[in-house]
Amino acid sequence: MSSRIELRNVGQVFRVRDEQDRALRDFVALDGLELTIEAGEFLTIVGPSGCGKSTILDLISGLTNPTSGQVLADGTVITDPGPDRSVVFQQYTLLPWRTALGNIELALEAVGGLNRAARTARAREVLELVGLGDFASRYPHELSGGMKQRVAIARSLSYQPGVLLMDEPFGALDAQTRERLQEELVQIWRATGTTIVFITHDIEEAVFLGERVAVMSNRPGRIKAIVDIDLGAATADEDIRSSTRFAEHRHEIWSLLRQGVAVRNVSKEVHRVA
Amino acid sequence: MPDLLEVRTEPRLNPRQEAAAGVRHRSRFRKRFARSVRGLIGIVTLAAVWEIAPRIGAVDPHFIPPLSDVLKAWWHLAQSGELWTDVRTSLVRSGVGFGLAVVLAIPIGAAVAWYPVLRDLLTPVLEIFRNTAALALLPVFVLILGIGETSKIAIVLFACFFPILLSTISGVASVDPQLLRTARVLGLSPVATFRKIVFPAAVPTIFTGIRISGAAAILVLLAAEMIGATAGLGYLINYSQMNFLIPQMYAGIVTTSALGLAINYSLVGIERHFSRWRA
Ligand SMILES: Nc1ncnc2c1ncn2[C@@H]1O[C@H](COP(=O)(O)OP(=O)(O)OP(=O)(O)O)[C@@H](O)[C@H]1O
Ligand SMILES: [Mg+2]
Repeated sequence: MSSRIELRNVGQVFRVRDEQDRALRDFVALDGLELTIEAGEFLTIVGPSGCGKSTILDLISGLTNPTSGQVLADGTVITDPGPDRSVVFQQYTLLPWRTALGNIELALEAVGGLNRAARTARAREVLELVGLGDFASRYPHELSGGMKQRVAIARSLSYQPGVLLMDEPFGALDAQTRERLQEELVQIWRATGTTIVFITHDIEEAVFLGERVAVMSNRPGRIKAIVDIDLGAATADEDIRSSTRFAEHRHEIWSLLRQGVAVRNVSKEVHRVA
Repeated sequence: MPDLLEVRTEPRLNPRQEAAAGVRHRSRFRKRFARSVRGLIGIVTLAAVWEIAPRIGAVDPHFIPPLSDVLKAWWHLAQSGELWTDVRTSLVRSGVGFGLAVVLAIPIGAAVAWYPVLRDLLTPVLEIFRNTAALALLPVFVLILGIGETSKIAIVLFACFFPILLSTISGVASVDPQLLRTARVLGLSPVATFRKIVFPAAVPTIFTGIRISGAAAILVLLAAEMIGATAGLGYLINYSQMNFLIPQMYAGIVTTSALGLAINYSLVGIERHFSRWRA
């Protein structure tokens, strides 16, 4: 189950108050953004901090609506959150008063259509999928950061969404845990066929996970380039991250991001001179 | 004698090491048993000072009789059933007032916090009420409700209502927005969001208000009973003082302390029960 997401000429403007002159201004977070995510695709988005990555995710999830342009899922305009799209946020968003199992059941209660026993069975199933079968009755404070994020992923997968949106879900984890979860995520994606949109500012993570990497420019956010990733067929024991192809892709994206920064620095210099 | 600095910075395993090895840190300083023994010593010392100071004339035994006299008076009161009548009267009054406050303040507070406009409208008004001492309103309550049970329950209700109301408002209003975003993404209805996310998240904050109210319930009631009543602990204390039954007066005071302790500990116990999930 998967859906195709289209962002057509999307603009997002926030009303903000200037800290210096206290005046209300329009703050352009996204401007004329075009992006199509094919059904079943694994797309990663990288970009400098504040370029509008989370804003894109809010739009696709339906938490906010764009000020201009359209966001479509399988051809219909997205106006609200729906069970066809689920989100894993960067911050841990488990309910601290529910166990790992209970947190997943929450999603199933919200979506409806299953009785209590079926919900518990389904929740156990997805917990097994993320390798936490033995931790079903633990409370979030008894889980490590990586485990909490796995529960959040399991919660999102539990109701079989067509699109899984992930906003730097591994950002707060240590390097080893992060790599393991990346590998698990790729396996889950292969097994479920869900469309995944994954946001990160870690270039290596973007290259490792994505079939395509969308590189964003500085604010106002636009898609600057889309890089197709081809790492060849990977064997289980191979360290893909140290292959030459990986390094080339990494460098390509690094250069794209660098350009953006360089341009901005120059413009700042000009500003200061003027 | 080890000080706080030494005790709290004592070398220990970090939480991850503890979890990995499945063990728990055991402090060199604060051992359970030693702690309770020290606590007991403190109480015994207090009792001894109370007993001895009046006997050796350090304080006037007419005004502060030795503890044993107070306990004798207490026993006498308890045996005659008089004490029980007063305790029951006070407990019923404060219990009803407190219970009403809980039942009214939590839903009202939740509704006020759910609608920001309502909250903006009511917050200043509520602050005024909260800062109006309940006892200052006693004459008003007596005027309107008479001197009977109703006015006493009403004043307890008034004193308990606002702390619970305000803590409910702040607890509900300050729920982690990230949890609310999660609720929206999951498509939870507003009612389900409130029941499954907002309310449980607010419970710890609500309980601070409930504990403040628990203490206030007894305090305000006692004062009210001293002013105009024919039964209750406040009446007992005041009556004993006016008739110069000093040991009996202290017996009433000691009972009040015991009651306060019991209420506080039961509220803490209930709170623990509801927040077992916390680290
Ligand atoms: N509700 C809002 N009101 C005003 N400005 C906002 C709002 N949401 C986001 N912004 C601004 O829009 C810009 C893009 O924000 P966004 O959170 O999408 O960035 P991001 O790329 O996710 O950054 P990061 O990598 O730091 O998470 C930022 O400059 C942010 O300050
Ligand atoms: Mg972000």
